[in-house]
Amino acid sequence: MAKIKINGKELEVDPKKNLLEASISAGFDVPYFCWHPKLGSIGSCRQCAVVKYRDENDKVGRVVMSCMEPASEGSIISTDAPQAVEFRSNVIEALMTNHPHDCPVCDEGGECHLQDMTVMSGHTTRRYEFEKRTHKNQYLGPFINHEMNRCIQCYRCVRYYRDYAGGDDLNVFSSRNRVYFGRANDGVLESEFSGNLVEVCPTGVFTDKTLKKHHTRKWDLTTAPSVCVHCSVGCNTIAGERYGSVRRIYSRYNEQVNGYFLCDRGRFGYEFVNSDQRIKKYIIPAATEGVTKTTAFDFIAKALKGKKIVGIGSPRASLETNFTLKQLVGSENFSIGLSKLDYQLAKLAVDTLKNGSVKSPSLKEVEQSESVFVLGEDVTQTAPMLALAIRQAIKNLVKPKADKAGIPQWNDAPVREVIQSAHGPLHIAAPVATRLDDVATTTYYNAPENIARLGYAVAHYINNKLVLPSGLSEEVKILAGKIAADLMASAKPLVVSGVHCKNEDIIKAASDVATALKEAGKSVSLSLTFEESNSFGVVLIEGKPLEVLFDDAKTAKAEILIVVENDLYRRLSKERVDSCLSQFEQVIVLDHNCTSTTKKATVILPVGTFTEADGTFVNQEGRAQRFYQVFVPESDTAESWRRIAELAKAIEKPVVGESFFDFTKAVANSIPQCKGINGIAPPPDYKIEGQKVPRESHRYSGRTAMKANINVHELKPAEDLDSPMSFTMEGFHGEAPSALTTSYWSPGWNSVQSINKYQIEVGGALHGGDPGLRLVEPVVKGTYYQSIPDAFKVSSKGLVAVPVYKIFGSEELSAKAPAVKERSGEAFVVLSTADAVKQGLKEGETVEISMGNQITSMNVIIMKELAEGLAGISAGYCGVNPELSEVSFKK
Amino acid sequence: MLTAEEIHEIKEEFHLYPYKQAACIEALKVVQKHRRWVSDENVKDLAGLLEMSAEEIDSVATFYNLIYRKPVGKYVILLCDSVSCYIMGYETVLQHLERTLGIKYGETTKDDRFTMLPVPCLGTCDHAPAMMVGKDLYRDLTPEKIDEILNSYK
Amino acid sequence: MERPLTKNIRPDGKPVFIKEYESLGGYQSVKKALKMQPKEVTELVKKSNLKGRGGAGFNTGLKWSFVPMEGEFEHKYLVANGDEMEPGTFKDRLLIEGDPHQLIEGMIVTAFAIQADEGYIFIRGEYAYAADVVAKALAEAYEAGYLGSNIMKTGYKFNLHLHTSVGRYICGEETALLNSLEGKRANPRAKPPFPQVSGLFGQPTIVNNIETLCNIPHIINNGVEWYNGLSLTPGDGGTKLFGASGKVKKPGLWELPFGVTLRELLEDYAGGMQDGLKFKGCLPGGASTDFLVAEHLDIKMDYASVAAAGSRLGTGTMIVLDDKTCPVGMVLNLEHFFAQESCGFCTPCREGLPWTEKILRKIEEGKGEMKDLDILQFHTKFMGPGNTFCALAPGAMAPLQSALKYFREDFELHIKEHKCSWK
Ligand SMILES: Cc1cc2nc3c(=O)[nH]c(=O)nc-3n(C[C@H](O)[C@H](O)[C@H](O)COP(=O)(O)O)c2cc1C
Ligand code: SF4
Ligand code: FES
Repeated sequence: MAKIKINGKELEVDPKKNLLEASISAGFDVPYFCWHPKLGSIGSCRQCAVVKYRDENDKVGRVVMSCMEPASEGSIISTDAPQAVEFRSNVIEALMTNHPHDCPVCDEGGECHLQDMTVMSGHTTRRYEFEKRTHKNQYLGPFINHEMNRCIQCYRCVRYYRDYAGGDDLNVFSSRNRVYFGRANDGVLESEFSGNLVEVCPTGVFTDKTLKKHHTRKWDLTTAPSVCVHCSVGCNTIAGERYGSVRRIYSRYNEQVNGYFLCDRGRFGYEFVNSDQRIKKYIIPAATEGVTKTTAFDFIAKALKGKKIVGIGSPRASLETNFTLKQLVGSENFSIGLSKLDYQLAKLAVDTLKNGSVKSPSLKEVEQSESVFVLGEDVTQTAPMLALAIRQAIKNLVKPKADKAGIPQWNDAPVREVIQSAHGPLHIAAPVATRLDDVATTTYYNAPENIARLGYAVAHYINNKLVLPSGLSEEVKILAGKIAADLMASAKPLVVSGVHCKNEDIIKAASDVATALKEAGKSVSLSLTFEESNSFGVVLIEGKPLEVLFDDAKTAKAEILIVVENDLYRRLSKERVDSCLSQFEQVIVLDHNCTSTTKKATVILPVGTFTEADGTFVNQEGRAQRFYQVFVPESDTAESWRRIAELAKAIEKPVVGESFFDFTKAVANSIPQCKGINGIAPPPDYKIEGQKVPRESHRYSGRTAMKANINVHELKPAEDLDSPMSFTMEGFHGEAPSALTTSYWSPGWNSVQSINKYQIEVGGALHGGDPGLRLVEPVVKGTYYQSIPDAFKVSSKGLVAVPVYKIFGSEELSAKAPAVKERSGEAFVVLSTADAVKQGLKEGETVEISMGNQITSMNVIIMKELAEGLAGISAGYCGVNPELSEVSFKK
Repeated sequence: MLTAEEIHEIKEEFHLYPYKQAACIEALKVVQKHRRWVSDENVKDLAGLLEMSAEEIDSVATFYNLIYRKPVGKYVILLCDSVSCYIMGYETVLQHLERTLGIKYGETTKDDRFTMLPVPCLGTCDHAPAMMVGKDLYRDLTPEKIDEILNSYK
Repeated sequence: MERPLTKNIRPDGKPVFIKEYESLGGYQSVKKALKMQPKEVTELVKKSNLKGRGGAGFNTGLKWSFVPMEGEFEHKYLVANGDEMEPGTFKDRLLIEGDPHQLIEGMIVTAFAIQADEGYIFIRGEYAYAADVVAKALAEAYEAGYLGSNIMKTGYKFNLHLHTSVGRYICGEETALLNSLEGKRANPRAKPPFPQVSGLFGQPTIVNNIETLCNIPHIINNGVEWYNGLSLTPGDGGTKLFGASGKVKKPGLWELPFGVTLRELLEDYAGGMQDGLKFKGCLPGGASTDFLVAEHLDIKMDYASVAAAGSRLGTGTMIVLDDKTCPVGMVLNLEHFFAQESCGFCTPCREGLPWTEKILRKIEEGKGEMKDLDILQFHTKFMGPGNTFCALAPGAMAPLQSALKYFREDFELHIKEHKCSWK
């Protein structure tokens, strides 16, 4: 720790930080642009000027950029010395010479870092009287809008996009006051993390197109803390609504999970909430008259009387929903909504983390790893933010190089110059080329069996008591040896795998590698991906696989099926689901969007999406996280757990609890692994200074006029009995506990940069700790699986299908969002060059594929990396048979 | 498409640097030597050759004033517009060039022979005003001299 | 008077190639230096009081001594800065074109002193002829065994390459130059770390001006005492290339001892002002130095004296302003240059210089107002040293602030008369 003095105040700070970080952490407002806690300093904007004094006797001092000065022992600075204040105001004046005064029509208005800094710097009067430079804007795809005239040349966009996220199709062009930030030509930004530009850009150059079309201000959004529903990473978000439509997703800072950022699926996938496929009414297809809630429940009460009921939950529904359904139908009659194979995989992954000796890391811990081995995953497509974290991790090995040269880590450009393109070891074994290959040390493309075998070989080279798979080629042995050596050479290796190859042996091999590293004394972690937002959670709830439930229901002659938030056609083949559903008298489906399953329903009950529901998910780390209802929809949609409880009441089989908190407590009390989840956020009766936490800002506008078409008297706002938050602007406007952050705001800080004010120190943990609760921790002694599969053999009958995931397209809910749909394209089949030649197929051609009994047309993609004998099938795409089998081509 | 000759010349430059991306500027120069200027298509081709994105190449290309990203004539006239030449009256030279060639800065003559661009100090201030035509330097310019010089470029 | 730097240079400027160079005593310093310890060479150069001729005037040997001599490095680099784009500067061209082996010889010795194994000669793109000359000289030097992996059979290795640039003044700034050499945009780099520690490709690097490097052989050959004796100013070792451009009778370039007076330069060497013109002022060392005026004519041309007069020796090539040339127009021309050449990285320079240029144009066109002078004055502070990322913008403000001091009435005249009276 270094003793320094800021504005006369003595402070103890980390000398590895710079003076800007130290000042902000100490609560002083110093304006800045080019610095960002995750990107470090480059000193280009000159906005963070302070006066630095040589010693106590120096009364004059000199202006320095606080972001470029180390917080070294004895530093004395003033953030409010007149020279500094004046210079900062002059910098704003200079920036403003070219910045258009279009705040009233700019989408950043009201949450603009430039606006904030302008006010903070005190610059008010304009002296510049010449023309402003103008630029052409570019089309950047369905996510991001480009308005270059607003640029203040802070270079953050390119530093984020290129240096941090590894994208290469955004850059800075030209020089002097013509510098331009964009693509070489108009076109879609290719990075899967482009949406963060919206938050990284301090002005309105890069804005969210999905928000822009609504023309909504930040302060007019009703917002609540949420958790992303589009993959198992569980990034923290803030969802915002106005006039009944959800209008944007913003990242909610959580140091342990997503930090400052989100992936584009998480940010732009939300529009399924506003989809015209939304179910907002009670539907009984056979009914002759209009259906209301009462008639629907009457119908159900009658139809269910004395009948045997089975229920199917869902890995995309909350713990509370699954648990309540299980209560209603009983354990014997409950499925968690996964096929046998998917259940086995998910359970294996959970058990591995639960019973193994290796910790599942938070993304922050992933970022701190020093070597990485990925087995069987294209992480960018299946758990995108994990991929972004891995990208940061491999920069670690080279950091000592900067240390050696005496360059502090925040001094971004020099660190980069020392490091050049070098990075730490990343080894990837996957069936197809992945989006992290550009930074991979080695890649191994092969069939899942062979990936598992490589994994076991690596485990063997770490611990030679473990079996070396027989029949490995010299090449694979050398590769395995190299991977093992790299993992052993670092103190913090990371092994990544998951369920997406649909192969248990890969997970087991990954676990064995991790366990071997653990035994070798390494501070190793094992990160496993799951398919959905609550896959981990439903495994903890437990139930039967779908096939078993259906078989048992048949034997037991169950008449009624309740399906909650699950499209069974994504789990099993069409044939099978069709026949299974036909065995029931009634199929009652609770969902928020139309699916193939709702088409078969005899009763449909509308339920809320994540924005109209409270709930708890467990992410792939094993972290339970709470999400909250954002707004009260006009239609009668409620959380599934509430609906199930109502249904239970209607058939006089009541379940425990009424309010959200009752169900959360019930889960916590009944499922050992879920102990404590009721404590991850304050209870509904929690109040600060006697008030609730408001979902609307103190500047929320139009409230009295919004419903004037219905009643000129302002309607009584909805009450929230389930959470300590209000649906209105009434409440406590200070800082709430971290789990209840509805938006970021602090006096003078209207932009997302105000996150600084919510952290213990900039870039660190939130006040009171980051929300969420880890449900599994490693045991002391792990065991090995050692289940080595036979090598993959090219089949003479046809090609063997392996699933191939796409960030845009494979996931069910986001695929319904128009912007994501624009990026997802059609179903496809990936073929090796050799097989394409054999089949006489060309890239881009459409071909009829038969899998099982189903025939689908798919676009051909030829990939030289794919092993012969495999066919990569676009997973999760509409019409694709989810039961993998052999693939043949229909001529 | 880059020609075999261009590719060969670019690859020759690789060994001067620890990695080939560092030869980016050299590669741009090679293309420009053969084609007078660098087109969008050339940028893409270079990107393939150097294993960089078009954005990375173009970011560099557009920074430097002697890399031409728009077509230029057979000879580029670089007229010094810096201080010594200013004092020594380069403006009359400029006017003479404009009148004779019928072009302004940034333009190319109809016969595609000359493009005229301003250039910062050519480092021959004791013989101002000065200009370059292609690789050749001309100093102590007067309108008469200019006519002679232009005539020698066919 | 000895003129070591230019003694080989022919009146017609045609290059001296290796045979002739060797016959004139060339490459002796390499033989001598390779027998010394690298640290001894550095020490010698430090004591010689050779100061960097690129403009900043930092002790060259001292700069070398910051290069780490212990530890393992992939490479160490030496770079000759031949960007020479500072308006009014035309000295390095002469040295490269006239006597290329002197530069190469200086670089071999310098490389040895810092134990560099790779070197580049960075020459601005417009110096096409100079580049041809250097290319030929390099080939000769390799052929003769002065360069390569076993220099003069001593086992010492130094490879030297030519890099021709593609424009932009900022490439002359040593860290921007390194980015440019790496094939990147020529934005300056943050200091610290200094290039001596982390320079080209992240390795220890020395960047020296061409003229600086050309001094090295002579220091090695003739010793510190001799070298210091060349100068009239104690503390500034050696000779300096001085030049004059503008409306003087005999514009040109001369190798002279430090400490000649400005008047001697102007009157004895440059032949005085052209007939009918009066000396109004001059920029003593290129475009980014402050004006000196008649009252300064008797100052000595050395680093300290010029600084004491409120300017900088800079590159030593002065630009003379006469009384028939509009000072506002001249400053406008300068600021136009700087605004064009800003790299666009930091705010004050990128935004401030175009603004400055626009105001000057407004005044020159007769549309100026008195408040514009305040804004100009403000900019000279706003873009002062320390406020910008590199020294380009502070350099740009030097002629402006001094013009506002010495030629204020000329600015005011434009404003009062709503026109430029020199046109
Ligand atoms: C904007 C700018 C332009 C420069 N241009 C040159 C140049 O053209 N040639 C040069 O030798 N030094 C130039 N310098 C100085 C270099 O940064 C550096 O100090 C010099 O090359 C070091 O060599 P020396 O120590 O031998 O003087 C420039 C500096 C700045 C700030
Ligand atoms: S002062 Fe700033 S903008 Fe100007 S050249 Fe230097 S770094 Fe670039
Ligand atoms: S934040 Fe310090 S210079 Fe930009």
